[in-house]
Amino acid sequence: MKDYTLRLSGLEPLVITKDTNFVNVGERTNVTGSKMFLRLIREGNFEAALAVAREQVEGGAQIIDINMDEGMIDGVESMVRFLHLIGSEPDISRVPVMIDSSKWEIIEAGLKCVQGKCVVNSISLKGGEEEFIRQAKIVKRFGAAVIVMLFDETGQADNFERRIEIAERAYRILTERIHFPASDIIFDPNIFPVATGMEEHRRNAIDFFNGTKWIKDNLAGAKISGGVSNVSFSFRGNDKVREAMHSAFLYHAIKHGMDMGIVNPGQLEVYDEIDKKLLEHVEDVLLDRRDDATERLLEYAEKVKGKGKEKVVDDEWRKAPVEQRLSHALIKGIVEFVEVDTEEARQKYARPLEVIEGPLMAGMNVVGDLFGAGKMFLPQVVKSARVMKKSVAYLMPYMEEEKRRTGDTSTSQGRILMATVKGDVHDIGKNIVGVVLACNNYDIIDIGVMVPAEKILETAIREKVDIIGLSGLITPSLDEMVHVAKEMERLGMTIPLLIGGATTSRAHTAVKIDPVYSGPVIHVLDASKGVPVVQSLISPAQKDATKIKFKQDYDQFRIDYKNRRKDKNFVDLTKAREHKFKVEFENVVEPSFIGNKIINNYPLAELRKRIDWTPFFLTWELAGKYPAIFNDKIIGIEAKKLFDDANELLDKVVNENLLQACGVIGLYKANSIGDDVLVTIPVAGTEQKQIFHFLRQQNEKAADLPYLCLADFIAPQDSGMQDYIGMFAVTAGIGIEPIVEAFEKNHDDYNSIMIKALADRLAEAFAEKMHELIRTEYWGYAKGEHFTDEEIIREKYDGIRPAPGYPACPDHTEKLKLFEVLDAEKNTGISLTENFAMYPTAAVSGFYFANPQSKYFAVGKIQKDQVVDYAKRKNQSIEWVEKWLAPNLGYDN
Amino acid sequence: MNIYDILKKRIVILDGAMGTMIQRHKLEEEDFRNVALKDHAYPLKGNNDLLSLTRPEIIKDIHRQYFNAGADMIETNTFSGTTIAQADYHLEHLVDDINYYSAKIAREVADEITAKEPHKPRFVAGAMGPTNRTASLSPDVNDPGYRAVSFDQLVAAYKQQAAGLIKGGVDMLLIETIFDTLNAKAALYAVDELFEELGKHYPVMISGTITDASGRTLSGQTTEAFLISMQHAPLLSIGLNCALGASALRPYLQIMANNSPFFVSAYPNAGLPNEFGQYDESPSAMAKQVEEFCKEGLVNILGGCCGTTPEHIKAIADMAVKYEPRNLNSVKASG
Repeated sequence: MKDYTLRLSGLEPLVITKDTNFVNVGERTNVTGSKMFLRLIREGNFEAALAVAREQVEGGAQIIDINMDEGMIDGVESMVRFLHLIGSEPDISRVPVMIDSSKWEIIEAGLKCVQGKCVVNSISLKGGEEEFIRQAKIVKRFGAAVIVMLFDETGQADNFERRIEIAERAYRILTERIHFPASDIIFDPNIFPVATGMEEHRRNAIDFFNGTKWIKDNLAGAKISGGVSNVSFSFRGNDKVREAMHSAFLYHAIKHGMDMGIVNPGQLEVYDEIDKKLLEHVEDVLLDRRDDATERLLEYAEKVKGKGKEKVVDDEWRKAPVEQRLSHALIKGIVEFVEVDTEEARQKYARPLEVIEGPLMAGMNVVGDLFGAGKMFLPQVVKSARVMKKSVAYLMPYMEEEKRRTGDTSTSQGRILMATVKGDVHDIGKNIVGVVLACNNYDIIDIGVMVPAEKILETAIREKVDIIGLSGLITPSLDEMVHVAKEMERLGMTIPLLIGGATTSRAHTAVKIDPVYSGPVIHVLDASKGVPVVQSLISPAQKDATKIKFKQDYDQFRIDYKNRRKDKNFVDLTKAREHKFKVEFENVVEPSFIGNKIINNYPLAELRKRIDWTPFFLTWELAGKYPAIFNDKIIGIEAKKLFDDANELLDKVVNENLLQACGVIGLYKANSIGDDVLVTIPVAGTEQKQIFHFLRQQNEKAADLPYLCLADFIAPQDSGMQDYIGMFAVTAGIGIEPIVEAFEKNHDDYNSIMIKALADRLAEAFAEKMHELIRTEYWGYAKGEHFTDEEIIREKYDGIRPAPGYPACPDHTEKLKLFEVLDAEKNTGISLTENFAMYPTAAVSGFYFANPQSKYFAVGKIQKDQVVDYAKRKNQSIEWVEKWLAPNLGYDN
Repeated sequence: MNIYDILKKRIVILDGAMGTMIQRHKLEEEDFRNVALKDHAYPLKGNNDLLSLTRPEIIKDIHRQYFNAGADMIETNTFSGTTIAQADYHLEHLVDDINYYSAKIAREVADEITAKEPHKPRFVAGAMGPTNRTASLSPDVNDPGYRAVSFDQLVAAYKQQAAGLIKGGVDMLLIETIFDTLNAKAALYAVDELFEELGKHYPVMISGTITDASGRTLSGQTTEAFLISMQHAPLLSIGLNCALGASALRPYLQIMANNSPFFVSAYPNAGLPNEFGQYDESPSAMAKQVEEFCKEGLVNILGGCCGTTPEHIKAIADMAVKYEPRNLNSVKASG
């Protein structure tokens, strides 16, 4: 049998088979049908017009009809602009579009804007066969489906015979003369009003039904569509009758084969719920069952006038009992009523604690289950936690009061100590894990950042915690975590140690931390993995087996890791240097100035445009590229909400200048000497020298590939050519403490994490912006470059800006010299911890290399010969170098 | 024997990467220039399509190596052979030559090998790349309504390219590495117009690119939505290439195989890029992954994209000979 499936697409497919239910076409983005939409288009308020489209799709429209036919607007321009804008809104463009116009040029312009398979609405034989064929051929070439109005040279088809005559003629022309796919032909057999009082309108509905059936039976593959509201035209103002009439009409039309149509879902009663008497009168009219059908309906209509379907109110949930309200607020993250509801619950329950153990925990359990099942996402959970915290905070004074009378009342499942280790200041990830665990009824003791081992252990013992969780982002933190583990062993502790944070890994945990502590050590990838791990470590039934299992797993991992390592080959440093990256130093450009330049209070509004959003979503554990992430079936909606919340906060930050962006950049004469770069710094009329040390790749590569070192990108001293290097340190985190504090005081983890994540993004954007100014202005080696913001985010430009502590130059200690040269602490307010983490955390620092051949790479693992050589160059002991470069050592030490 | 008959009988092998092979020659700026381009004011190094004019012997040799490795079909060296892509090098005026001569030298090699092995005719597919602009995305985040290229501009550019390729003697056209469906629709529109003017139809192959694990094209479409948007043309084949390595491509290829009324093609990269941006999956490792496609009966046409070499194609060809091609009637029944 031939396949007559109608396949349409937006970003996602819409496949219409004979078994598909009625397809609902959204009609509100139509200037001829919606006064509001017309006004928005006329005013050029396309943003609000997009909201209309979005609302329709969210409301269930499977196709959206777009019409710009109005004398006062430029139809072609409005159609094109609106379709382009929709193309940038994945939550709208996921559905197919119906390009609706009576003007051919608008349809053709629209077809050129749509990547999916759309529907043209409409063509007809009104202007004769030649024009019909011409238009149909173009539609076919664009690969669109088409609505054919039953209209010919003599006029509209208004009875059964005319309908089948025109439909058959159009179908034959389309399928036989131009081989238009039959499955892509959709007839609109004209829905006309009934009960108008005119004798010739009596059969309008029934002729439509019969015409529909005839087409479906005789014109293989053809589909049927129509605009339903027309049928009830004579009952304008009587919603009750109109709604009944629409659903009764649809009920019969669908039974006769109608596939899709324009229906306002707000103007539709459920067929089975139509008052039986009314239904009988309506169907008498539609099916032309009695001569007096119209009179009887009109008469009956008077009685039921004005009792249209009531709008469903959004705050319906407020009528539920208090337990359900609290649960609803928790799941939806609504803080608005939480204090009122908590108070009501407090009065209802005997003790404040029962409110927590009862309705609040019940709600949080649902949240935990949904999160565990992947049906809720991190931003939602953090919002739920905000509601929980607010409610608990409200109850706290009452509990304290009770405690005074009765003694302790702890009910938590377990106590977890969380800290960012000494020398490190990054805490977004740690805070997220803490919030998620707290949601699961664990008692979280968070002792902040830069916490020395002694304080962690002392607190752990004093507070009798069940688990310690350590977090860190920079590589030296890995070593600090090993230190904490060793100390735990020394003190004879046995409680589990959890390891998390961006640079941590299962490999490092297994190979370096697990062996030094006899208790369980577990690497936790992210917040969602944290809960089951903690549960199994605390649950009396599972904990012993779990501890043994983790120890065994990590043992096995170490064995596998060692075996794998054996396969890796390295070349010695001499050979690597012989195969250095050969760079041409032809057109070295002299910078416009030499020395440092301070850039303070850079406009945040500018930086905002440069934000690379993809990493922001990753922070919230939503993986996907921006903006495509918004189309994601699973996380798209939450990502959009998060994005909107972020922008709302950004608006505030920008408008009220809550954060300051401060930076310093420097440009200096430089030449490479082997793997080092000798930099000349002008200081008060004289010149000082500073040497920066870089590392070279040693992982064996294919014969003709170079072993890279950043020094390769700077002209060697013996070339006699003067080269230059740049440096920078920027932050967008000046002023963040009071904001974070205010949020935390208000138990608003959601916004406290949000502001930190945004400051990070702004700092990265600032680094990107400075880099652009360096290229086009200050250094000026790429004056003529022209990139869009998007291309800049994708680093399409010449030159790189590697940061100490990152793959191309993994040694964090070089940052100290960088800061000295830039006088960064004084010039920007960024300080370095003893492990070279920058504070505020929303900061970026690094080098600028201008050579067009320079590129990012990873040094990877290095060998002992390079460590020895590097120690000598840095005038440090080998042990010292091995400590700081521990993650990069390609040998056991 | 025509290509349709061969495709019903066995899996047809397409060639591998052109760029990877060109890189082996370590060419310099002068290799990209001939007498006419001696004084061209802009750098031309990296404009690989130009080598069909300046160093045709290199391109011919690469074609020959792929044929000898077992390819039934090679792609012309015209990935960037549109006025839109050549504008980067200020070489719009050479587009006709690039396409004509690229097709011509590919034709010569194909005929030379076919003459030697008449039982295995060799084919030339005229490669039409995506251009470097997107018709359905704005490059300017501040103006989502902006478009850097229009449908009409794309139609004109593709039509010119297709005309040059056909004049040079290609057997079929391959619209490939599609990251924006609207660009590809413009290409289909252009070739349809051209065929009508020429009064002759050529087989058209389509190959899209899934950019990441979301399973969507860069312009946001799911694999099935992409297929639907291309299905109006009477294609020879539709499939996926580039971006993902073979194993990551499999789920999306399954969607193609289940729904496509046309033959299905796949030419993935040699794995994912390593930390240096190179594709380094070995021929045997890649063939092993691609073998999964064959075992499941997902494909009719197999080849390689970025990072693949004649060694990869040989490994794939040797493996594929053991398997039946995808049965066109395996399309999921619907409607």
